[in-house]
Amino acid sequence: MPRDPYTEPMGARERAGSAAALAEQRPLLPDAPHVFVNGQAHALPRDPRVTLVDFLREQLGLTGAKVGCDHGQCGACTVLVNGRRIAACLSLAMTHEGDQITTVEGLVEPDGTLHPVQAAFLEQDALQCGFCTPGQVCAAVALLDEVAEGEPSIVTADRARVGPIELTDEEIRERMSGNLCRCGAYPNIVAAVRAAARETLR
Amino acid sequence: MKPFAYTRATDARGAVAAAGGGEATRFLAGGTNLVDLMKQGVEAPAHLVDITRLPLAGVEDTGDGGVRIGALARNSEVASHPLIRQRYPALSEALLAGASQQLRNMATVGGNLLQRTRCPYFTDVAFAECNKRAPGSGCAARAGWNRMHAILGASEACVATHPSDMAVALAALDAVVELLGADGARELPIDAFYRLPGRTPEMETELRPGELITAVRLPPLSFARRSRYVKVRDRASFSFALVSVAAALDLDAAATIRGARLALGGVAHKPWRVADAESALVGRRAEAGAYGDAADALLRGAEPLRDNAFKIELARRAVVRALTLVARS
Repeated sequence: MPRDPYTEPMGARERAGSAAALAEQRPLLPDAPHVFVNGQAHALPRDPRVTLVDFLREQLGLTGAKVGCDHGQCGACTVLVNGRRIAACLSLAMTHEGDQITTVEGLVEPDGTLHPVQAAFLEQDALQCGFCTPGQVCAAVALLDEVAEGEPSIVTADRARVGPIELTDEEIRERMSGNLCRCGAYPNIVAAVRAAARETLR
Repeated sequence: MKPFAYTRATDARGAVAAAGGGEATRFLAGGTNLVDLMKQGVEAPAHLVDITRLPLAGVEDTGDGGVRIGALARNSEVASHPLIRQRYPALSEALLAGASQQLRNMATVGGNLLQRTRCPYFTDVAFAECNKRAPGSGCAARAGWNRMHAILGASEACVATHPSDMAVALAALDAVVELLGADGARELPIDAFYRLPGRTPEMETELRPGELITAVRLPPLSFARRSRYVKVRDRASFSFALVSVAAALDLDAAATIRGARLALGGVAHKPWRVADAESALVGRRAEAGAYGDAADALLRGAEPLRDNAFKIELARRAVVRALTLVARS
């Protein structure tokens, strides 16, 4: 018997449930609440249960962000909201009216040039199966901004001193700890972030 | 996820009015815990009031040496705010020790205070017994896997721990929680805000139905500049505390202790603070013997469960380490 998507909890293996919920969407009205995804305006879903990652993947067809654990623990769904990284599986799409969302698809230049972090992941062979990679890349892009802004981490030596951060490998590991890689590509992921930092943080 | 009505509030009074004092209403802020619990069927509110747009996100100097943090300030913003880093380093450290950057960017100060326990018998509805989730159903953790559970202040009904790192630092720093309800504004010291489980573990705070946290106020405490947060966990990052300690010391030039603040996390239903433990330090020289005595006072009455006796010694050592780091800082 098929699961009733409105009354039964949705599991990570049951993505059809949210597709069914989205199919219930009425046609979009011109004044419908909008969100900006990779620079383009899109009407938000009407069902408040739709998470941001389901909205991106199933309504907009942006399948870069992945649903790994669906509980905010693996980082595969990481996207940027107004430049800050979040776990899109724990965020309801409805709450993002007017926000600027950037997914891994939006990091590429219009002429196809990869973002320095994407290029570094290729150059350093920082992936095996690739499932976690869009989340890793979005997390690393945000990480470089956070470091440039001087945001400390728990391993930053002198947190009371407000100023530039030295991006050591320990810092990279701590700051990427919200992203799991089941293939264990961590050494090359650290190398890729280190290389991208050299490229962008000069 | 069960269907729910969704309302977006634009100001604090409007949010309280929209909630209408309803037991089945939840305020939605960062969503990192609430949305997860809704997916798991642990929470099934009939009405969500979205408060993410309320103008309560500021971190401001109160002018007397203290700081007021808006309830909707994100954990990451608070952690990196210069006022917090300089005046209350233990709070910055506690926030940075919690969750991942993705979650810290979402989670708010108010939501962090109200996060629910990570007791696996609470979060997994496959277990029928959980007095916190289904009052009167029993406690599966007492006879189950209870390595992460409480050693202090627990009851027959519930041995869950509060998962927040931030709240432990706030408890040590005498934070005050500012609230707004249908009857107006009021405030509670954080220690009085939280409840022990007793026979009603489903009631975790003194928050009334439909009441909103609007801010957390840190009173001036000059020696909080010398404060630290030590967290012991199974992984090096992104993991809940086995035990944690927030500590601050007021030392004179001869390293004699004039005042102390000490709170334990990961050991009880709320941040654990004992006045005797702090007064035991006053007048002593800042050294390991005094720290050990304070730890013993803090852990007096600890009762281990089957799997968590290690927490008593671990907490004792963490207290000594935290105070040692504070004295050196």
